[in-house]
Amino acid sequence: MTTPLLSLQGLTKAYPGVIANNNVSFDIGEGEVHALLGENGAGKSTLVKMIYGLVKPDSGQMLLKGEVFAPVEPRAARADGIAMVFQHFSLFDALNVAENIALGMEDPPDMRDLAAKIREVSENYGLPLDPYRTVGDLSAGERQRVEIIRCLLQDPKLLIMDEPTSVLTPQEVDILFETLLKLRSEGTSILYISHKLEEIRTLCDHATVLRLGENVGECTPADTTASEMAELMVGSELKTPERAAREMGEVALDISGLSVPSPSEFGTALRNVHLTVRKGEILGVGGVAGNGQDELLGVLSGETLTEADAVKMDGQPIGRLGPTERRRLGLLTAPEERLGHAAAPDMSLTENAMLTGSVREGLESRGFLKWGEAAAFAERIIEVFDVRTPGPENAARSLSGGNLQKFVVGREVLQRPEVLVINQPTWGVDASAASSIRQAILDLATGGAAVICISQDLDELMEISDSFAALNEGRLSAPRDASGLTVEEIGLMMGGAHGMEVAHV
Amino acid sequence: MDLTSINPVLLVASLMVAATPILLAAIGELVVEKAGVLNLGVEGMMIIGAVSGFAIAVETGSPLLGFIAAAVGGALLSLLFVFLTQVALANQVASGLALTLFGLGFSALIGQSYVGIRPPATGQLNIPFLSELDVVGPILFSHDLVLYLSIAIVAAVWYMLKFTRAGLILRAVGENHDAAHALGYKVVRIRIMAIMFGGACAGLGGAYISLVRVPQWTEGMTAGIGWIALALVVFASWKPWRVLLGAYLFGGVTVVQLNLQAAGVAIPVEYLAMSPYLITIIVLVILSKDKSSAPASLGRIFHASH
Repeated sequence: MTTPLLSLQGLTKAYPGVIANNNVSFDIGEGEVHALLGENGAGKSTLVKMIYGLVKPDSGQMLLKGEVFAPVEPRAARADGIAMVFQHFSLFDALNVAENIALGMEDPPDMRDLAAKIREVSENYGLPLDPYRTVGDLSAGERQRVEIIRCLLQDPKLLIMDEPTSVLTPQEVDILFETLLKLRSEGTSILYISHKLEEIRTLCDHATVLRLGENVGECTPADTTASEMAELMVGSELKTPERAAREMGEVALDISGLSVPSPSEFGTALRNVHLTVRKGEILGVGGVAGNGQDELLGVLSGETLTEADAVKMDGQPIGRLGPTERRRLGLLTAPEERLGHAAAPDMSLTENAMLTGSVREGLESRGFLKWGEAAAFAERIIEVFDVRTPGPENAARSLSGGNLQKFVVGREVLQRPEVLVINQPTWGVDASAASSIRQAILDLATGGAAVICISQDLDELMEISDSFAALNEGRLSAPRDASGLTVEEIGLMMGGAHGMEVAHV
Repeated sequence: MDLTSINPVLLVASLMVAATPILLAAIGELVVEKAGVLNLGVEGMMIIGAVSGFAIAVETGSPLLGFIAAAVGGALLSLLFVFLTQVALANQVASGLALTLFGLGFSALIGQSYVGIRPPATGQLNIPFLSELDVVGPILFSHDLVLYLSIAIVAAVWYMLKFTRAGLILRAVGENHDAAHALGYKVVRIRIMAIMFGGACAGLGGAYISLVRVPQWTEGMTAGIGWIALALVVFASWKPWRVLLGAYLFGGVTVVQLNLQAAGVAIPVEYLAMSPYLITIIVLVILSKDKSSAPASLGRIFHASH
């Protein structure tokens, strides 16, 4: 048997109050694409940080090509041929591509040589990049290229990729996979972290599943079904949300011919957006991040005011009404950014419940706040949505991302909205919690509410929405019936092929 | 009123002297802010530099030792800021304000016995032929060494930030400290060095006031120069040569308005006195229209969480 490239043996790492990794062992072979699967908090990130030298294990050891490997810092790991593409891009917006890449290298050549090399390598791997562009102006897909090229320039033996496809369009995912397969054919091993099971099945040779910090099983993804892998991850059978048959009522919300400039400097202006949702309908809005999602949410929530007639609810013009008036009418919104937009990080859950619930839950009277009832409302959210927290007096910041997401979604859902607008409902939430959030959204629609769900997770949109539209550079495609849409068609809608419907009809 | 009493050559020469304290303090603060730290204690570090430079110069009779002591004093005070913001992770705005208040008070305490003394004169460049030239001589070749040093620091900072790897890393730390940390750079160490450099520069600037510009010690003699330096960094869009331009503009208008006052121009003194502030800010606001923005991590607390 050949020596594996990297062998992890009994790695354990504990933080105060929690064991992030408990006795984890597995091998990564040469030229193997190895998947690391697990829910949020399963310990994937900690494990990867140990390999990359950001964290030292408490016990256990790693062998690189049979020799003890204990990087004290990322620099040492890089010197030994370990490269990593981060989940949250570790890029510097104000610097250009070449400068960003130089920062990730031990001994960068002169800028001009580096730029030439970036051009060469990026074209070799089908990821063209201009070394002199400022990173802040690049799309998410291009930013990821910067990270990948940064790694490739160091001829890594092991490339670690942490959730690389979450920001890409399906077409971009294909390009990425081709690059990865090319790397594999050249003998580079890849440790691929994801919870998108279908991707792992198409790409990976071998998978290790982590749950609560422990290695709970290994499998060959191509021979295993997605639901089997999901069960390994979750530890129990995963419930898929059920769609009840439901009646579409009359139009609940209507936007016609809306164009607004973006409130933020680097935002995307909305251009001639038309949109209608009927009662009981879930409209899925897809698109790569930064194509007008935040602006659309702002227009719907009342943070951005428009002409009165541009936004209508139940036929009434509401374009000039602010968020509170809209809430009173039953139009509720849950924005994407949890800390800072959907919730005030340093305020308690009770206070956060008060902030959006005061109008519809009657938590204030004549300017005085009813804290007791707000706390009860917060308790109810915590209970119904299974938010893991000691109690409503804890600060929003203290919750993990997934738990806070359950709280902010639950807070809106429990206010019995007529129209719910929700952006990235399951961002960063693990599989079982995501499925319960989706179920809640479906139940809401069954109860007669209209839902607009903005998301970058296409599987999610396909799972819950009745009709689908895509945002691309601030333009919203004409909505299409969600059933029967193929991934290719969606990708084209997201990529801006607006003439496609015409060609089909 | 007699405008002919204003000698343009002497005016330019003296504006350079007037601008040097601001220039030194501002270029130091520029480096600090490029590393992502907002140190509002410039005024405090300047006045500590002013008093320690003055005291050492008087005691030893050597202005050179005085300037060295000023740089050390400013850097030492900045270590207090380092402790508060980089170790104890305190709020940078509050810590900076505290530093200024502490510096003003502490300098008054040290300086009590130095009021009314004249410091030893700081030597000026005297190159035989060049310094005697008509216009160029007084402007370019007959200043003290610290003035040349200040310009050299601006050039060095510009070169370092733009062309060297150290500069790139410094900018990276100020731009996104989490990413810099993930790449394995020592964010806190780099910031500490930047803060101490800023402290040393501010100290030099302070000593330039007490040893060259005013030559004497009085309580609170920096009189808000540190705050102007802070504003200058922002309005100069964090660009070294613009800091130089802004400082000289400020120094220039200050000198001109003093000359105008002396010449008895019929403009109320208050308007003349506010003119340097107004004109500098207006010019730099117009220049900074190109939207080059602040370092993205400026003022944010870095905590390595893993």
